[in-house]
Amino acid sequence: MNPRLLPFLATVVIFVVAYVICWLQFPAMLSTRVIGNLLTDGAFLGIVAVGMTFVILSGGIDLSVGSVIAFSGVFVAVMLRDTGIHPVPVFVLLLAITTAFGAAMGLIIHVLQMPPFIVTLAGMFLARGMAYVLSVDSIPIAHPFYDWVQTAYWLMPGKGRLTLIGATMLAVFVAGILLAHRTRFGANVFALGGGVQTARLMGVPVGRTTVLIYALSGLLAGLSGIVFSFYTSAGYSLATVGVELDAIAAVVIGGTLLTGGSGFVAGTLIGVLIMGLIQTYITFDGTLSSWWTKIIIGALLLAFIVLQKALLDITAKRASAREAG
Amino acid sequence: MNGGAARLLRRIAPQLVTLAVILATIGFVFPGFFNIAFANERLYGSPIDILNRGAPVALLAIGMTLVIATRGIDLSVGAVMAICGAIAASAITAGYGLPLTLLMALGAGIACGLWNGLLVAVLGIQPIVATLILMVAGRGIAQLITEGAILTFNDAGLAYVGSGSFAALPMPAVLWLSVGVAVALLVRRTALGMLIEAVGVNRRASSLAGVSSRLLLITVYAISGLCAALAGIIVAADIRGADANNAGLFLELDAILAVVVGGTSLLGGRFSIIASLIGAMIIQSVNTGILVAGFPPEFNLVIKACIVLAILVLQSPALYGAAILLRRTS
Repeated sequence: MNPRLLPFLATVVIFVVAYVICWLQFPAMLSTRVIGNLLTDGAFLGIVAVGMTFVILSGGIDLSVGSVIAFSGVFVAVMLRDTGIHPVPVFVLLLAITTAFGAAMGLIIHVLQMPPFIVTLAGMFLARGMAYVLSVDSIPIAHPFYDWVQTAYWLMPGKGRLTLIGATMLAVFVAGILLAHRTRFGANVFALGGGVQTARLMGVPVGRTTVLIYALSGLLAGLSGIVFSFYTSAGYSLATVGVELDAIAAVVIGGTLLTGGSGFVAGTLIGVLIMGLIQTYITFDGTLSSWWTKIIIGALLLAFIVLQKALLDITAKRASAREAG
Repeated sequence: MNGGAARLLRRIAPQLVTLAVILATIGFVFPGFFNIAFANERLYGSPIDILNRGAPVALLAIGMTLVIATRGIDLSVGAVMAICGAIAASAITAGYGLPLTLLMALGAGIACGLWNGLLVAVLGIQPIVATLILMVAGRGIAQLITEGAILTFNDAGLAYVGSGSFAALPMPAVLWLSVGVAVALLVRRTALGMLIEAVGVNRRASSLAGVSSRLLLITVYAISGLCAALAGIIVAADIRGADANNAGLFLELDAILAVVVGGTSLLGGRFSIIASLIGAMIIQSVNTGILVAGFPPEFNLVIKACIVLAILVLQSPALYGAAILLRRTS
């Protein structure tokens, strides 16, 4: 069996086992209502985590996404409040801005040869700062289009609601899976994560791919911001602080190697669902405090990182044994 | 010795000039900015305020400089601050007395640092990832200690650490200045600093040359944890309460920024603690300057982002290569 599948399989097993434990304790957990809520509540995190998966697969990191989500919410809210433009053109304009923002960061990373960590840190400050400059207050959004989207759902058997934003996340995941595993761009991303020098020698357009990866992350962060604005009906510059960390955690728990080059977009979906499941369990239980979420996620992160490290060592030993033999 | 002093001056000149320009600009716009008054046996005034308010970031920057010099990074310092602040507050309210309280909080910081060091040096996990674990879980642990509330206390001894004064200076300023001097002397009067740089430049080569890089890495993360603990105690003592959610939030980024502004490369190797401390003061001066100028604090982050970008461009290896190429061709 391919050892690279192991982290992904471990994630799936953990999710199933955790769900069974939850179900044994609270039989009501196994209903389409809970599943529908898991998808709706995790929608904005899931969308941004898809972009983060690409970034991490390429061996980079994007710390700016949480701020970009907050900026998107404030931008949409301010535009809808101060102008008479319909939300859809506002969304298009916003996605163009966040995509350009991501592309600019990718360009700086490539041209200046600086670590992505510090470049996207500057991006994080800039996006959060721009959100503050637009407005420091929470701006409510009231528009007929928003009312329509918020009430749009498909009633699953068992009275669970698959909301439009939950479905959007699933669609983004399907697109992400196809893009990562079935296109040349996806192959280039994996190659870049395996090693920039090797990728260049293989003929991968390193610069173009880097810019596209961060542009994609920016685009999805913008989309996530739009979804978040549907979720909360408001734009607030202090919202979604630390979401970049949740997204990174979801990607790692989903079985993607943080050093890049190996992983699955589908794993990230399971990672997001595991995080949602912990939250749901705590809500069902009622006596546990929400800070347990952070501790459990931290423990899961540790377990997966150690697992990945062990796998890497095993494959490295095998490779050197093959060379020797 | 004279050559050493001249070399140090040349090393920190860009940071000193930047700090002077920022202070001069604020002073030019607000002539009263440099007024210092003496009252209640301590000094008051905006420059003293910068020294005082900059204490947490300055302390974090000391540990962060050493970590970054080994080609690492410590993302957990903000969370460690929250943990140690929470421990200090809960220990003092439980009646453990001041010495034991301080010992417990500082010990917890060292323990957090040892944990990070173990993951990095023994398990060989990348520093960003290894310290991310404690960054995520740390706030949860801190909230567990404070039981989700903001834990307040009234102990005058502990509050003194945050708001007292010593030799006419506020206590936090005294603390970061003395820790900075102590650590700078420790690494520069012994071979420790050179060994840290050696590990940062090439860990494998320095191990082969006989440097016990594993022990050195663990020590460096432990020092970072200790500095974070002290910063956490100061922040908690200043407001006489431990806020697990907000204590030290995003300060890890400010500390990294201070180190980068101080000219220490994120790629490891050469470092200067004094330059990082000046970097911390630059950041605090910008913060205070924006406040004094009556600019909306919203612009704070945008200005910080611009500073980071400017420094990135200046530090870029690509640009450095281009400069060498230009000099060769001309």
